[in-house]
Amino acid sequence: MLIMENVSVEVAGREILHDINLEVKPGETHVLFGPNGTGKTTLLMTIMGFSGYNITRGKISFNGEDITHKSLYERARMGIGMSFQRPPTIRGLKTRQLVALCARMKKDPDELAKRLNFTNFLDRDVNSNLSGGEIKKSELLQLMAQDPSLVLLDEPESGVDLENIALVGEVIAELLDKTIKHFDEPMIEHKKKRKKSGIIITHTGFIMRYVKADVGHVLLNGRLSCASNPEEIFACVGKFGYEECVRCMI
Amino acid sequence: MHDLRERAKKALNKKAAIGKDIDLSKYRMETNPHKSGLADICETDLLSAGIIPSGQGRSGSYIQEDHSVTHCNITQDGVEILSIGDALKKYDWLKDYWWKALEVDTDKYTAFTELQPHQGYFMRVEAGKKTLYPLQACLYMEEEGVLQSVHNIVIAEEGAEMNIITGCTTASSLHSGLHLGVSEFYVKKGAKVTFTMIHNWKEDVAVRPRTGVVVEEGGVFISNYVSMKPVKDLQTFPTAYLNGDNAVARFSSILVAPEGSYLDTGARVYLRGRGSRSEIISRTISSGGTIIARGHLIGDAEDIKAHLECQGLILTERGIIHAIPELEGHLSGVDMSHEAAVGKIAQEEIEYLMARGLSEEEATATIVRGFLNVEIEGLPSELKREIDRAIAESEKDLF
Repeated sequence: MLIMENVSVEVAGREILHDINLEVKPGETHVLFGPNGTGKTTLLMTIMGFSGYNITRGKISFNGEDITHKSLYERARMGIGMSFQRPPTIRGLKTRQLVALCARMKKDPDELAKRLNFTNFLDRDVNSNLSGGEIKKSELLQLMAQDPSLVLLDEPESGVDLENIALVGEVIAELLDKTIKHFDEPMIEHKKKRKKSGIIITHTGFIMRYVKADVGHVLLNGRLSCASNPEEIFACVGKFGYEECVRCMI
Repeated sequence: MHDLRERAKKALNKKAAIGKDIDLSKYRMETNPHKSGLADICETDLLSAGIIPSGQGRSGSYIQEDHSVTHCNITQDGVEILSIGDALKKYDWLKDYWWKALEVDTDKYTAFTELQPHQGYFMRVEAGKKTLYPLQACLYMEEEGVLQSVHNIVIAEEGAEMNIITGCTTASSLHSGLHLGVSEFYVKKGAKVTFTMIHNWKEDVAVRPRTGVVVEEGGVFISNYVSMKPVKDLQTFPTAYLNGDNAVARFSSILVAPEGSYLDTGARVYLRGRGSRSEIISRTISSGGTIIARGHLIGDAEDIKAHLECQGLILTERGIIHAIPELEGHLSGVDMSHEAAVGKIAQEEIEYLMARGLSEEEATATIVRGFLNVEIEGLPSELKREIDRAIAESEKDLF
């Protein structure tokens, strides 16, 4: 689904990501670990296509198409969606209107908001006076409307209180088609049919309780290292730290 | 009255404190008095200024073409609309309101309007009565190069409530003209006036409205001003006097200046009654033209609260928005604040929407629409609809 080959990225003239190679197959969810300031958000912003993230080398393809030079909105329309850590406030634009725009008028914002207990916020300006947890919900609501096939989530659980973390986790699992809807369907069949993929940045690992990830990566100093069992990486980082964790791969 | 005329004569050459000086003699003073009424006016010209030609959904209408009153009717008891000429004949007491909310010798435009008035409207709601639907007034300019000077008086008696929509517009064929409009508002004790004005001028029209508002105890004056079409040179600076305790004045403006347009607008409010409140809000967009957004709040009583907000967006590479917010506190018990911001649309906001699948143009239009969506507390839904319609109409020209 997503293939990055030898991608290097510059931000404000400084190379932040070096020679990234990554493949996310259909139906796979990847988790990205790494200390602060190591380039995790930069990686997601690059995949999404934001200005200021200049790809100096390499190639990104999505569903077999080269998207290295495609614009942000073309990528969004092709099926890439992202939840943001600190999205901007847009004055005068109601959350309800934005959700309707995300859904291209195909889904009812009120119905979607019910799932997230977010109905009371639909009449507020987009991202105006929201707490950290409310921002996460607002982002997820937009993604539910957009229904992307590759979901990029930047720390979706940070700032979410304990009461809501299960809800947020469940909705992400739904977005990634990770919930098992039919009990009579063998798991293997369900997995085969699953097409939604995801890349999730997490520090706390909380989200992994609700969304079972397939592959874990550690991003350290702009280099992607490791590609193994996410639970194992998380345990290793927790015990020995990032440096040590990465050492085993070098 | 004689004294007023003398003062006006002396001020006929007095330049206005603000704005480019206009040579009145360049405009047509005489017009054809035989107007055919609404039949000749293009319906869309009226609709785009918030005027409904049939009068449906309105409690009364006043329509003036150039210097002639062509339509004046009322459908509700306790509510009056007359031409100012008829009102002066009918009510002797009206002279007690004549030039009491602003000075006749303010400048050459007020002076000229006193000496050569071309009608104007008189609106009044009796004590305790409310307009069921808005009253509408249309000042229409038709003949090329015409000078239209009107004197309007609006009185809301004690406890009365009135909603007014005024639309100023021109014939499609007219290119140049000068509109002078003197308006006096008297909001009595506990009364409320919501005044929504939609200006719909032309590239070569100059406009000099002169407005004074007097608000008594517990009275509320709400002004909504929308001007989104090209206009050569518009300068207005209405002044409200909150004389009574707990009086309220709120001025909101939505202004767009395309290339070649020059708008110098704002509002000034004297907060003189204890506990009085005021808010001046403007949302301005330059798509190549110039906007001066003024606001002047003078706090002269205990426990007053006043806020000023100027937000400006420059959409084109060049364009001028000059915000001039002024706060003047005259004693310690005042609470006054302002915020002003001028700039372009934040790239971050555009890209955020693009990440949701909107093209750059769609994202920009969505943000601009939100920017112009001023929430006006207590605005009746039919007035909100008119404003939304004016915005939607003008949006087509913006992108």
